[in-house]
Order: sequence, then structure tokens, then C-alpha cells
Amino acid sequence: MTHEQTRFPFFAEVPAPEGAEGWESMYPYYLVPSAETAEVEDSRFWFADTMHWSRGAHPFDSIGAEAVYLGAGQNSTRIFVLPAALGLDVRIKNGYVYICPIAVTDPEEIGRRAALFQERAGHYYANWDELYGRWKEKMTGAVESMRTISFPPLGELDPIEVVTEARGKSTSWNVIENYHRLIDEFFLVWQYHFEFLNLGYGGYIVFFQFCKQAFPQISEQDIARMVAGVDVLAFRPDDELRKLAQLANDLGLAERLTADRDLQEIIREFGDLENGKTWLKALDNAKDPWFNYFAEYGFTHDQDTWLSNPAIPFQGIARYAAKIQAGEDISRPVERLRQERDDIVAEYRALLTEQEAQQFDELLGLARKVFPYIEEHNIYVEHWTHSVFWQKAWELGDFLVSAGFTVERDDVFYLNRFELDEVLADVVQSWAIGVRARGIDRSREKITARRRIVAALQAQPAPPAYGVPPAEVTDPFAVMNYGVTTERVQDWLGAASGAAEQLSGIPGGPGVIEGPARVLRTEKDLALLQPGEILVAPITAPSWAAAFSVATGVVTDIGGMMSHAAIVCREYGIPAVVGTGFATAKLRSGQRVRVDGNTGVVTVLADA
Amino acid sequence: MIGAATMYTATFDSERCRDAREVGGKAHGLAVMTSAGLPVAPGFTLTAQAFRDFIEQGTLRRDITALLDEADPADPTERARVEQQIAALMTATPIPAAVADEVTAAYHELCRGAAVTDVPVAVRSSATAEDSAGDSFAGEFETWVDVVGAAEVVAHVHRCYASVYGGRVLAYALERGVDLHTVEMAVVVQKTVRARSAGVMFTLDPITGDRSRIVLESCWGLGLAVVGGEVTPDRFIVNKVGLTVVDRVPGDKRIEYRRGDAPTEVPADRRYSLSLDDAEVTALAQLGKRLERLNGGPQDIEFAIDGDLPAGGNLILLQCRPETVWANADRAPAFEAGAGFLTWITGSISGAASASGPVHNHD
Repeated sequence: MTHEQTRFPFFAEVPAPEGAEGWESMYPYYLVPSAETAEVEDSRFWFADTMHWSRGAHPFDSIGAEAVYLGAGQNSTRIFVLPAALGLDVRIKNGYVYICPIAVTDPEEIGRRAALFQERAGHYYANWDELYGRWKEKMTGAVESMRTISFPPLGELDPIEVVTEARGKSTSWNVIENYHRLIDEFFLVWQYHFEFLNLGYGGYIVFFQFCKQAFPQISEQDIARMVAGVDVLAFRPDDELRKLAQLANDLGLAERLTADRDLQEIIREFGDLENGKTWLKALDNAKDPWFNYFAEYGFTHDQDTWLSNPAIPFQGIARYAAKIQAGEDISRPVERLRQERDDIVAEYRALLTEQEAQQFDELLGLARKVFPYIEEHNIYVEHWTHSVFWQKAWELGDFLVSAGFTVERDDVFYLNRFELDEVLADVVQSWAIGVRARGIDRSREKITARRRIVAALQAQPAPPAYGVPPAEVTDPFAVMNYGVTTERVQDWLGAASGAAEQLSGIPGGPGVIEGPARVLRTEKDLALLQPGEILVAPITAPSWAAAFSVATGVVTDIGGMMSHAAIVCREYGIPAVVGTGFATAKLRSGQRVRVDGNTGVVTVLADA
Repeated sequence: MIGAATMYTATFDSERCRDAREVGGKAHGLAVMTSAGLPVAPGFTLTAQAFRDFIEQGTLRRDITALLDEADPADPTERARVEQQIAALMTATPIPAAVADEVTAAYHELCRGAAVTDVPVAVRSSATAEDSAGDSFAGEFETWVDVVGAAEVVAHVHRCYASVYGGRVLAYALERGVDLHTVEMAVVVQKTVRARSAGVMFTLDPITGDRSRIVLESCWGLGLAVVGGEVTPDRFIVNKVGLTVVDRVPGDKRIEYRRGDAPTEVPADRRYSLSLDDAEVTALAQLGKRLERLNGGPQDIEFAIDGDLPAGGNLILLQCRPETVWANADRAPAFEAGAGFLTWITGSISGAASASGPVHNHD
């Protein structure tokens, strides 16, 4: 039993959940732990990336795990040559994504890489604003390009234009081309995603470490607050909801906008009113691009965007409208926030020596230069690109149904990207030859079986880690972004058995609050959250912001100081503890808990 | 009575009380606080001039000088002998009548201000030496609380004088290279606070030296139990920026001094419960922050919560002096100044492999 205190289980030691046997066949072989690679896998430390995949992944959705860690690896290992860190290795175990930072430990090698890093990263830091401007253009172009992809059903015949224009190429080949484009462009966007990210973290971490040296006990929130942008893209979607609530109030419509009413009914009703039409027009204007916004993180096909499920933004608007009706000022006090930020900076700076203050100024300047990327890139990649990507994947699902290959729209997600390539080849070639697609029966059988498997995988939460943890977690990105610290790993080891009276995490937003817990696994359940409750979730994306006006505190399984939940909680002044590892598994709705966002401790005070 | 004619005493609100060399660091601190409008229990100081006039009587100064010169005060046995002999000489010499009269007058003035016939006071000695203005020289030698009546106050002044080389003074002076012959003594006489709770506040973290923290330790009753280490005090950590209480650790406060003479046992229901509430901690920290700015550096502050006064107006500052340990320590800058930020970043993201970017400082 001693191994329970020093390591987590090895992959092979944990069986598939009942009903999920054979899950391994759903994913590309290199994502699945195997006997062949067990020795290496067992020597490493794997932690759950539930920040991106909070539920067991569908076969097609595993493309994200490939793309993310391809882009991360390319940029860390080969492009910018981070001195001490290569990429993050990735596996899927029982449906959940696990990652392992690969470190460089040989001091000579670190030195060689450091010189290369300085040359390469130096170019980016020196030209940051210009290159970031170009990045935004590249990203906008990539989203536009992906939008042009389509999968129209194949007719009985090619259209006449193929003949009259002497194309010599059947429209059926567009299916194959467009599928490959969809996959390629998705991978491309993820390379762009990491073009600036590690450099951005680097610029932030150096300021962070300066502060920790000058003020050993400075809270991580205070460091973040000195750097955080006040008027950044990340807050725009939520700002749009506030504006719409304000407009509804100004137009005398706020009383009609209550969360308990049917959305379609309200929209019909507004369509008949002059004021209502004005409001609906403003709503339409806000939709593109701001409603291309995932209620979660956008890594699985079944997550709603504000466009695909308007009830989510609508609930937010209704909450804000209710607050306005109650006489509250809901505008984001940008000037005050900026002033507060400047005050904090001035106070810390005043405690430094002259020499320290100079360094402080330089590093704060750098951190603020790079931080907008950290705050804004999700809007471009996770929200704008992913919303198009999944839309196109659904269209592909429709195509397969139209071709008589599959039965349900979402069958497509039960095949991984390589299997789909084969299926599309089968469909197009069979169509061309004029025969029934050859893999229909076996694919339907596979999809039926996998529906059961995925359901079984998703029925149980992810253990926080596998394998042998390092004596100390030193990877700065694991610490900053995922909240995986040495202390957290020890907590996980200790908490792995028994019910928790106390959970430790990263202090995400300052303050202490007590209240009943509300454990929510997905954003679909957000409506269950009652005023005064403490939101307990695997991870909270920034788009849960409207819920933050209801929740009095937030607890998450995963996430660090730089995770969106933490950033948004600080913004809204809500006590938060992130990166607890087990909160959704150990806490139950209705339990009375205390969230101490200053120390990062969640205490169960009373049972439900 | 108190006014231009005063030779030996100075009230905390007087200009003369700002001369640290004459009134001692303790009274100087109280005077600075008083003039800044901070809540300080009223009182006066007996200046070093009174001490000088005291030891100029008869052969006293010559005898003391001889004792200090003939013996090696670095030897602990010798130190004890020297200390005892000086104390005996001092005790045998009377307080000059002019000094006693002025102390009596100042005490009566204090009683009038407090509207009490015989106000209980704390009598504290405060050594001064040539270099003591910026250096909290020797700190506190002796404190007597709840001294009542003019005659008793004068008697305690005498006891202060007799203790001038007592305690750690000889050793401390040697460590600091202070010329023993220049050591003089002022005496602070201050209205005793009916302390519900009291303690000590540092405007930095004394463990880590972190200047962005304020740390308070408190107990029930007077602060003697905290200063004397007789209880495990409650501990509070406040973020100086934003003034949020980030930690509260209840101590084990088995005794309390309701009066200065003897401690009483703390009943079980209060023993482990916090002796300050968050509002008090925050308000004290606010005062600490003001004092730090006023004095241009981290401060070591004694405070009390007056049980007779209403909430909001019950915080009393008893003492304030510069923190000396961390203020004088060399601080290494986080990064080598000449290296440039790319080198700093390289070090930072190399995690433990980096020599230039320590995240934790376990000093």
C-alpha cells in the first residue's frame, strides 16, 4: 500500500470502466498507452488535462489533443527552443486526456538551447507589437478560410458545369479535399496558437519571479492584477450581454426579459413591438462575432456556443436586466479598475529600492506588453476557430447521413479522424463506381458499440494523475497554466482515498465566502445554479461570467493563476479556488462549504 | 505649572519630545505618532538631562566609570558583577529634588487630563546613546505597569535608573560597539491602557522580510504576555497592499495580564479564540502603514485595544520604533542588473535549472 503515497497508479493498473471495454480502439494508436511504451509511460508523471477536456473524449474530438500538443511541441522544442522544456507528451486513458511535460535536464544542453532561445525569442520580443498584429491577421484569415469549407450532399450526377467548364474533376472530390483542408487548417491554427503563447508566459513569469523575490509572500492574484488588462477582448462577449440588458431596460423591455420565460416566445413578442425590433437588431449586431463563443472551452463537438444555444447568453442578459431593475450598476467600471490596478502597482513599487524599482518597471512593461496575447488568444482560437470547426464537423455529419452511410448527425463523432478519412474514401469511391458504400454495416455497428463506450467513460470523472510524480514540479507552464504544483500533487496523493473534509487548490480570486455548493459538470446545467450558491465545476471558461454574477464563490478541479476562471473571478471580485483536482468528485450539491480564495482551501462545513 | 519652566519633562505633544537623543527612542516614537494625530495614550517623558543631573551627584559618575573601565564586560560573570555594583550605587543615590518635583507635577497634570485622582501609569525606561537615533538601541529595559501615585512614579524612575546597565544592555552595547560611557536613560510615563487585547505589529514579515506584509501578534489583556513570550499569541498576516487579512492563526493564550502586577488564567472559552477581530486587525494595519510612511521605513509597533473605549475609537498605539533586522539586511535584486531581460526570461523559464530565478526564498 505504500505506493499510494509516492506515486499514482500506472496506466495498465486501472481497468476500463464497466461497459467501456475496448475504448482503446477509438483513438489513434499513439494517443493510447500500450505495452510497447509502458516502460517509458510508467516512469513519467501524467496529469489530467481536464481544463481542455472535462469529459471523456469522443473519437473524433481526440483531434484536439493531437493538435494542441503538436503546436505546443513544435514551438517549444523546435521553433523557439525553450531551454529546459520540450513539449508535452500526451495520452488518452479511459477517454480522458493526460499530459506529461518533457524536461531538458542536462545543463550543457540547457545552455546550448538557451543561446538559441535568446536569438529566436529575442526577435519576437523585439518586434512584439508588429508580429502580434500580423498574427491577428493570420488568424482572421484562417477563420475566414475555414468558413468557406462545405460538404454539400452528393447528387445523383455531377452538375452540368463540370462538363461545360471542362473541369475534368468531379465535385465528389471536393468532399475529400475539404475534409483534408478542415483537418489541416485546424492543425495550422493550433500551431499559430502557440506561436506567441510560451513567449507570453515567459514575459509574465519573469515579472512573477521578480515579485516573488522582492516580496516572498506576495499573492499570485496581486501579481496578476498588476499585469491584467482592463479593456481586453476577453471581456467583450460578456460586455455585449451587459449592453443588451441595459438597452432592454432603456427601451422599457426589461420586465419581459426574465430567465423563466421561453426564449422563442420573447423573440416573437419583441418582433411585434417597435422597441422590440430595435432590441432584436442590436442582438443581431452583437452576434457576429461575439456569440461565436463557447459556454465552455470549445474542445468537444457537443459544447454549445452562444449561437447554437441562445438560452445561455439570454440567461446572462436576463440576470443583468434583473440587476438593473434592482437598481444595480452593472457596467464594468473600466476607469475604476484601471485606477485600482495603478494603485496596487504604485504601492508595491514604493516598497522597493531604487534599483529594484527600475527592474520592476522594465519587467512590468514587458509583462503588460505580452499579456494581451495570453488574455485574447482564446477568443481567436478556442472560440472563433473552434466554433467554425465544429460547425463544419456537424455539416460533415449531415453529409454522411445524406449519403446513407450513417443514421444520426452525431455518428460522425464516433469515428476518429483517420477512420473518417477511410469512410469518406469509401463513400466517394463507391458513389463514383455506382455501388453501395462497402463499410456501412461495420461502421454502424462500430458506432453503436462506441456510443455505449463513450457513455461509460463519461459516467466517471478523471483521476487527476497517473505514474510517478517528480520530487518537485518545476515546469513553469505546468505550474502557471494548469496549476500543477508540487504541493498540489502531494494533496492529490493524500486525497486519493476517502471523502474530503478539506480540499486544497490554488487561490484564484481573493476573499472568503461560505455557502451551499452547486456541483455542475457541464454548462448545460448552469440553469441549476441558484443565487448565493458556490459554483463547483471541472473548469469554468470565461463565458460562465454571467453565472459569476449569481455565484458567490467558484471552485474548480483544474486551473492555475492564469486560467480563465481565475482571471475572471479576480475581475468580478469573487473568491475562487482553482486546481483542486477533486472538487467535482468529492463535493456534493447542497453541502455547505467555505471557499478561502486567499489561501486556496475549500472546507466542507456541513453535509447537504 | 508645566510650560516654559520645565527642564526635565516633555509631554508627547511637545516639540521637545521630538529630540530623540534627549527623550529616548521610545518617547520620540510616541511624539511622532502624537503629532501625526495617531491614537497614543497620553503621557510624558523624563529627559536624559534628568539622568545626567542624577549621576552628576557626588562621585556617582566617577564610580560608575571606574567600574566599567576596570572590568571586562565581555565576560558574563564580570558583567553580572559590574551590573550589580552599579545598580547598588544608583539605588543608594537619591533622585534630585528638582527632578522628583517635576515628575510629580507632570504626573498630576496627567491625572488632571485623565480626570482621575491617581491615574495608573506605565513607567518604562528608554536608553539613549550617541548613535541611537536611527538604531533602536537596547529597546526596552524595564516596564512597570499600573504604577499609581506620584511617589510611586518617582520610585519607579529610580528603579529605571538603577537598571541602566541591566538585562542585555552591556552585551548589546558591546555587540554594537556603543561606548558604554555615553549610555544615558530617559523614562517614559504613560497612562496605562485598560487593554482588552494587546500585542505587537511589524510592518513587514519578520520571518521572510517581506515588505508587502504586516504581521500582528496579540493576546488578551496587556501586551506583556506577548512581549515576554509567556503565551503563544494569535497571529495575523495582512497584505499591506489592499489591507486584506490573509491569515489568522489562533494561539494558546493561557494567561492574561488584566493589571501589570500578576497574570490571571484565561477561561477556556477565550483561551483559543482570536483576541482581535478582522476590523481591528485591518484598522491596526492601516495605522502601521501610516507609521511606516511617516518614519520612512518598516516599523515595530506595540498596540492595545482599550476595553473602556467604544469600537472604532479603541485602538491605542503604545510604542513605535524602526525595525532593524530586515531594514539593515542586504537585499539581492531578483535579476542581475546588467544581464538584460532576455537573459532573465531565459533563466525564469528554465525553472529549477536556472541560477538566476529563484521562485521561493526560504530565508
